[in-house]
Amino acid sequence: MSDHEYTPKSKVGKWFNDRLPLLTLANHLTDYPTPKNLNYWWTFGGILTFCLITQIITGIILGMHYVAHADLAFQSVEHIMRDVNYGWLIRYVHANGASMFFLAVYIHIFRSLYYGSYKSPREVIWIIGMLIYFLMMATAFMGYVLPWGQMSFWGATVITNLFSAIPLVGDSITTWLWGGYSVDNPTLTRFFSLHYLFPFLILGLVVLHIWALHVPGNNNPIGIEIKKPSKDTVPFHPYIVIKDLFALLIFLIIFAFFVFFSPNILGHADNYIEANPLVTPAHIVPEWYLLPFYAILRSVPDKLLGVIAMFAAIFVLVILPWLDTSKVRSTVFRPIYKQFYWFLVADVLILGYVGAMPAEGLYLLIARVATAYYFAHFLIILPFLGMKEKTTPLPLSITEPVLGGSADMAMAKNNSDYKEKL
Amino acid sequence: MKNFFKLITFFTLISSLTFSNVNAAGEKQELLKVDWSFKSFFGKFDRASLQRGYQVYSEVCASCHSLKHLSYRNLAEKGGPEFTELEAKAIASNFEVTDGPNSDGEMFERPAKLSDKFVMPYANVQEAIAANGGAYPPDMSVLVKARGGGANYIYSVLMGYEDPPAGMELDDGVYYNKYMYGNKIKMASPLDDDIVEYADGTKATVDQMAKDVTTFLQWTAEPHLETRHKMGFRVIIYLTVLTILVYFSMRKIWSRIETKV
Repeated sequence: MSDHEYTPKSKVGKWFNDRLPLLTLANHLTDYPTPKNLNYWWTFGGILTFCLITQIITGIILGMHYVAHADLAFQSVEHIMRDVNYGWLIRYVHANGASMFFLAVYIHIFRSLYYGSYKSPREVIWIIGMLIYFLMMATAFMGYVLPWGQMSFWGATVITNLFSAIPLVGDSITTWLWGGYSVDNPTLTRFFSLHYLFPFLILGLVVLHIWALHVPGNNNPIGIEIKKPSKDTVPFHPYIVIKDLFALLIFLIIFAFFVFFSPNILGHADNYIEANPLVTPAHIVPEWYLLPFYAILRSVPDKLLGVIAMFAAIFVLVILPWLDTSKVRSTVFRPIYKQFYWFLVADVLILGYVGAMPAEGLYLLIARVATAYYFAHFLIILPFLGMKEKTTPLPLSITEPVLGGSADMAMAKNNSDYKEKL
Repeated sequence: MKNFFKLITFFTLISSLTFSNVNAAGEKQELLKVDWSFKSFFGKFDRASLQRGYQVYSEVCASCHSLKHLSYRNLAEKGGPEFTELEAKAIASNFEVTDGPNSDGEMFERPAKLSDKFVMPYANVQEAIAANGGAYPPDMSVLVKARGGGANYIYSVLMGYEDPPAGMELDDGVYYNKYMYGNKIKMASPLDDDIVEYADGTKATVDQMAKDVTTFLQWTAEPHLETRHKMGFRVIIYLTVLTILVYFSMRKIWSRIETKV
């Protein structure tokens, strides 16, 4: 990278920088050469960082007023909503913030899938990203338990019960997770403790994620390696900073609509009923962002296999860089994969939909077909397609997207496609 | 800019899908719809309706249903029924609470103060269940938020008492309600015309009382709704203006190079 020879101008700065090169780091971050053709789908990294910081800050404030006790948790949440100054705002930002966080992370992941950002040399960025995603799901799940409403309690019961499917040690593990023989006060207190811990683990992984990104640099919409820095790149500051800020503001407007005008629409009404171990709700559904996995879990008739399928659904994502055999990164140049990509998007949306429905009749059938397709996409279509697909010609650089003087009509069309993407 | 619109479309698509997901688990029976004053971006409570609603609550519902998360002071707070402090004090003083221990180490009874929580009709859940034929009258503090359909659902249940359809057998103490889950409810129709006499002279029809008490319960569930709407409007105006400014700054900065942003 070009910033190695950076030296601070002031004497004090130089003295400090020789001992701890923070200024070199700051210089690297501002000068960081970024492909200039990044589209708005690339702004979600910044948005996600913002989401994480927001969740941590609002969470710390909520933690000052929340009481992690089975008899007092629900009441303390109502105390926050009624009596704490702007407590309602902090809690609604935190609760809707979780949904916005997942909305952004799904867009971020599907962006990566579309433009092949997980491929060599960015596998480690992708795997760290998947770890973050996994920890996010665990954190969000435990956070949903904390208000100790009906969905909190029964959601926790359903999910922790999954571990009892493990042969031999399953029941012991479940008892260990619960801290007793059912979901109760010890479960709540440990979930609170872990819910406070995990975001800081995520923060650490985010640092590694960005570090790993800064080694090869950003992928870009046409997915070719570019020289950095070159005329294909712009410095991160101010070009990308201002663009990320613009996108973040749009995102915040949508966020604000939820917080101020429909703060409960993404939650479940039953969670405003205090937890009652004696009354099971008619339908136990997780939060919307976990629904696709819930659908996969329920689509398998055997409990253990269902649990395995659910975790495998995440695991196939982890090994994705080796499942996709295509050398071409961007879907822009993969006409057949492009169709399968949109099939996958539809498939995940369908899984999410049937996840919210009772697991019976037609819904169950749809869930099974969609689950089978999900795995087929990663385990059959991707490896096979990568070897067989005839990709369209790649441009040489971002500034010269067409191979010089080619009269190839397909390529010309492809070029106009690409310009649209810009 | 084209990408930008794509992004917005995508957002709308995702959010509409999630909405349908969440709502799809609701009841099949179409709820009665009321044009509530507290809906919409500028929604506010109808102050007179809140005060009447409190009257219905205290004279009809309060004998079985608690409001345990509310304090008497809330009745005089801004954005609520806005009784005067004197009125709220008078309301509180009608209730006895146990306080103590005093300097002799004894518990004692005293009239409730503004800072006290609403006194509950029953000492505990078991007593409430025993007194109500085996059904627990739920606490009403967040009831509107605890039911899919919200205010419309509460209003519909209050209006939904009918004779059971032919061939439907109901046990003693079970009533038919068109909008209740499973159509069976253990609460007898609580409202009858003129069951309360409104202080402001409004005619106390069942419909009027159902609307008033639902408005009141919407407030107990969301006491800061008016502040929230007002702040939300300002936040969105602020963000919109800032977004426009940042957009033009971005255009200016990116104009230094050929690539379009």
